[in-house]
Formats: sequence, structure tokens, C-alpha cells
Amino acid sequence: MASTPAMGGDFDVGASVGTELRTFFEDGTLPGQFDTFQPSLQLEGDVRWQSDSGEWDLVLVPYARLDGQDDRRTHFDMREAFLRWSGDEWTFRAGLAKVFWGVAESRHLVDIINQYDTVEDIDEEDKLGQPMVEISTIQDWGQITGYVMPFFRKRTFVGRDGRLRFNGIIDNDLARFGEGDERNADVDFALRYSHYIGDWDIGLSFFHGASREPRLLASSQPDLLAPFYDDITQFGVDLQYTKDAWLWKFEGIIRETPFETFAAAVGGFEYSFYGITDDGADLGVLMEYQYDGRSEDFFEAAPTIADNDLFVGARLAMNDSQDTDFLGGVVTDLDDGSMSGLVEASTRIGDFWVVELESRFFVNVDNQNLLSVFRNDSNVTLRVTRYF
Amino acid sequence: MFSNRLNKLTKSVALAALIGTGFTTAVFSQSAEEKGFEIAARSDRSDTGFESSEVNAVMTLTNSAGRTTTRELYFKTLERENEDVGDKSLTVFETPRDVQGTALLSHAKILEADDQWLYLPALKRVKRISSANKSGPFVGSEFAFEDFTSTELNKYEYSYVGEDTFDGMAVDVVERKPRYENSGYVRQVSLIDQEVFQVRKIDFYDRKNSLLKTLTLSDYREYEGGVWRAHLLTMENHQTGKSTSIQYGDYAFKTGLADNDFVKGVLRRIR
Repeated sequence: MASTPAMGGDFDVGASVGTELRTFFEDGTLPGQFDTFQPSLQLEGDVRWQSDSGEWDLVLVPYARLDGQDDRRTHFDMREAFLRWSGDEWTFRAGLAKVFWGVAESRHLVDIINQYDTVEDIDEEDKLGQPMVEISTIQDWGQITGYVMPFFRKRTFVGRDGRLRFNGIIDNDLARFGEGDERNADVDFALRYSHYIGDWDIGLSFFHGASREPRLLASSQPDLLAPFYDDITQFGVDLQYTKDAWLWKFEGIIRETPFETFAAAVGGFEYSFYGITDDGADLGVLMEYQYDGRSEDFFEAAPTIADNDLFVGARLAMNDSQDTDFLGGVVTDLDDGSMSGLVEASTRIGDFWVVELESRFFVNVDNQNLLSVFRNDSNVTLRVTRYF
Repeated sequence: MFSNRLNKLTKSVALAALIGTGFTTAVFSQSAEEKGFEIAARSDRSDTGFESSEVNAVMTLTNSAGRTTTRELYFKTLERENEDVGDKSLTVFETPRDVQGTALLSHAKILEADDQWLYLPALKRVKRISSANKSGPFVGSEFAFEDFTSTELNKYEYSYVGEDTFDGMAVDVVERKPRYENSGYVRQVSLIDQEVFQVRKIDFYDRKNSLLKTLTLSDYREYEGGVWRAHLLTMENHQTGKSTSIQYGDYAFKTGLADNDFVKGVLRRIR
């Protein structure tokens, strides 16, 4: 938090250190998996520099996790490392960056720029920094952003020791692209339009390049799976209508792969009850339906659990000085009743400490459901983070 | 202001002519509503032409046991002189560290719901939020959202109560009632000084018409062009014993901010 004038411009340096203990309720059933406790450490740096004119800024956000159980979960990434120029109407940036598109809560369908860092969590909210050149303009008629992405990031996968994994170990050394190449030789492109008109927020997106979601194929080694990142073209739309205490949300995509063209969508609402306590706590209730029309054949499409599912959740914000809040939700497969759920709680202690409790659970999981590999992986995580 | 009063006068004249009586009283005695509006408008319009402003602030939250926590934030505001539309504002948190870069963009309306977007820097996510939550606490403080976002003149109807003295100043006492929906207040009583026409104190009455909070505005300083700003705001909650103060740094006016600096796309640049 030191803001010192050095070599011109403004420097800001920060960091956080998190200590985490993830506890599984049941022993692992796959060979090599650990049973109960998974301690780990999270380290994040944050260095920012801005020129005196405010036009240029440089951002560096290194991140590392050291895991006590799973070697593959121990990893380092540059979440952000970019140089940016911002004018009145145009912004230009180059480097590694994180981008978020979309409006839905239970599934991030249109959000395709960054690869997910799934060893962190399976909730698709942890992302690897994407190398890109980004050009953006803000006009009266909205914002248009173009992305050129010369390098591909492979998805992270837990190792043999890890929990929340498939029957086979997914090995990125076996990764294939395009026509079966070992490397992604192509450059990925994306375009995004975003605007609002009255109570409507609208986003349109286009992506052409290597899918961030791999198909998982058997390999010559019996216990290893090879991720195959197909070339895809995807169109996306996201809409939100905000009226009184209602937020109505919709995201839809059409994706063309070498095997098929399919549509997927997620849509629903969030309604808030404001001031339910004397201290002004808010309760939000959420419901979203998830549809995905992709092939269920593993040879043709990346697996998804969100094909015909209903998410129901609630969010309680205490609106206190510690920003205490609670979030809970369950996704139910409407075909077989399999459920996965989460409960999260978070509060600040003093000015520099944040304590979080997160639980993920899998109940009533049908043997034929993809989730069946996680059947014994219900867990609770306690995380204490110190900010500097 | 003038045209507004003229309108009311014209109506009064027409009405009086129609009825054929009370012509002189209708024209020359000002109603409590008119006088209340006039005083509030003179105060509100005293900073007309400030164009834009930027200021840093420290918010100190004190609980009933006297324990304090602080938040640092900055505000950017874009004036819109047309009184039928509200100002645009951007509020960005610098501390606590875990929420650094969290930002609220607001396009105030008069009687319709404001447009508001929240920026969550950890996810790089811009989220349109409902502005129906007028009366909820702003980041755990004793300020409600509406205390920040509902400062437009025409969001209230006014009534002149009388004169008083406050802190050694002669003040006008004006009661105002929210015209917009979802307010947590049935009425507010404001004290406006008679010398430079600034709001010095506001008592807030909750929906049950009990005194809920008192806001004291002090350390007024005059900037170029006769623009006055309070540099210490203290909100005291009489029902919980909690209080929140906001200490402002020096304001910068006419900083070149434009509409383009208050669109949701700029939120992503914050952090």
C-alpha cells in the first residue's frame, strides 16, 4: 500500500498471503488419492505503476500456490502482467490479462478468453493470465474490444494424489490441438461489444481459436487421459434486465466444433429482499436454468454437467463494517436428480485479515452422471488471508 | 428558479382570476412550499457550474462500543446542469486492501430508479445492480445509499418551517420529503445557513417518523467560483449509537472529466 513517487509516476505495491486447509469428509477412492486433509499456501503480489499523465500503466500480479498433498496443485502463474495505454476513447494493452464477460452466476458460458485454473477450484472463477493484445474503444453507441491471442494456455488439472479428479489422470504433456498437433500454432481472435440501453445491459461476443474446454481422450497409457483442444468458432450473447429488485439474466452461445454445431444457454433471475434485519442485511434469492446441447459422446465433445440442470441459491449480505456475507446454492440435474452444492461464508477481521469458509458437496449422485467421479469428494475449506 | 416561480405565479393568477377572489393574497404571499423550495434551490444551485470534481476521503466507522474501522475512497462527480437529470458519480475503494478497486458507478435520475454498476476487481466483473436498495447501509456505514445518491434538488418536495440559529449562524429550517420510491425516510429536516446558503445539519426521520439519524456538515471551505464544500460529514445514528464520519481532502474542480469517464467500460481500467 506504499504510494511513493519514484522514477516518475505512481507506484503501488501490495501482497496477500493465504493459509488454507481443505478437509474431505470421505476417503479418496481412486488409486493414489490422499484421504482427508489438504493444507496449502497462497501467495499473491500486486505491483502497479501509473505515469504522471495517467495515460500509461503497468500491472504485475504474480500468483503461487504451494500445496501439501498434490504436486500438480503447486504452481505459479502471472495472473496479470501488462502495459496499458488509455486515452479518452481508445485503450490499448499488451501482456497477460484477465477478462470477464457475462451476467449469469451459476455458469459462465460466454466468458471464453481466459483458461480456467481448475486445480484452484472447480467453480470456474480462478483463471490463468491470457497473453493478448487488446484494443478497445468506448463510444456513444457502446464499447468494442478486439483481442489477438498469440499463445494458448492449457487448463490445469489435479495430479494423481489429488481429489476432485477423473478416473484417469489428465496429462497436458499429451495435449493435442487442431488436426492432432502437439502445439497450437494458430493465433486466437475475439471480439466483444458491450453497451446498455435503459434497464438493459447487452453483450455480444465472437471467438475463433482453440477451445479452452478440452475433450478428454484415452491415451496409449491406460491411466492417462489426453486433453484435445479443438479449433472452435463461437458466438455469444449476454443480456440483463434490471428492474426494481429484480435482475433477469440470460447467456447463450452457439459453438461450432469439428464434430458439431450446438447451442447452450443459462438464464434466470436474482431477486433481493432489502433490509430484512434492523441492521440492514439483504437477502438475494437466485434461480437459473442451464441447458447444453452438445454431444454426450466423449469422443466428440468436452464433457459438461450443465446440460439440463437447475440452480437455486441464496445470498445473505450483512452489510456490516466487516463485509460479512453468506452464499449457498445447489445445482440439480433434472434428468437424474444428481446434486452438487456449495456454501460459502466470508468476513473481515480488523483491516487486514479475511476469513473464508467454503464447502462443496455432492449428494444423490447417479452412477451414470459425470459427477459420480466426485461422489466422495465433498469437502470444506477454511482460508485465512492476510493482506499487506 | 425564476421560471419555476413564475409558473407557480401564473397558475395562482389564473386560479384566482377563475374564482374571482383573493387575488392579492394569492400573488403576494408565498406559501411554505414555495419558500422551502426557494431556500433549498438557492442552496443547491450555489455550486452550479462546478462541471466536475475529484476528491479523496477517509470514512471512519464507529460502533456503539466506540471501536473504529476506516476506509479510504475517492469520488469523481460529473455535474449535469439540467435539473431534470441527475449527476453521474464514481466511487472507488482504496482500503481495506481486500476490496481495493471495488467501485460503484451511478447515473442518478430524478424520480426513476438510478442506473448503477458495481465493479468487482478480483473477478474483473462489471455487474449492473438494482438501485432499489435506497435505505440500505452503504458499505456497513451509517450512511444509506440514498444519502449519497439522492442529493438532487427535485428528488424532494419542500416546506419552510422557520428560522433558527445553529452553531452561531442564522439558519433557515426546511423540511423535505422524498418524492422517489423506496426511501427509508418519511421526512428530513435541514438547516441551511443564511449567509452562504449551505446545508449545515439534517435530521432524518424513519418510516415510523422517529428521529433516526443526524448528519452534521462542517469545515466548509470556499473554492474558486464561489463553490462551497463541507470537508467533514458526521452521521450519528440515534437508534443504534453508531456513527460514521467522512473526512474529505482538497477538492479538484473542472478536472476535464466527461461522459466517457462515467460509462461501465471504464470500470475495468480501475484495477
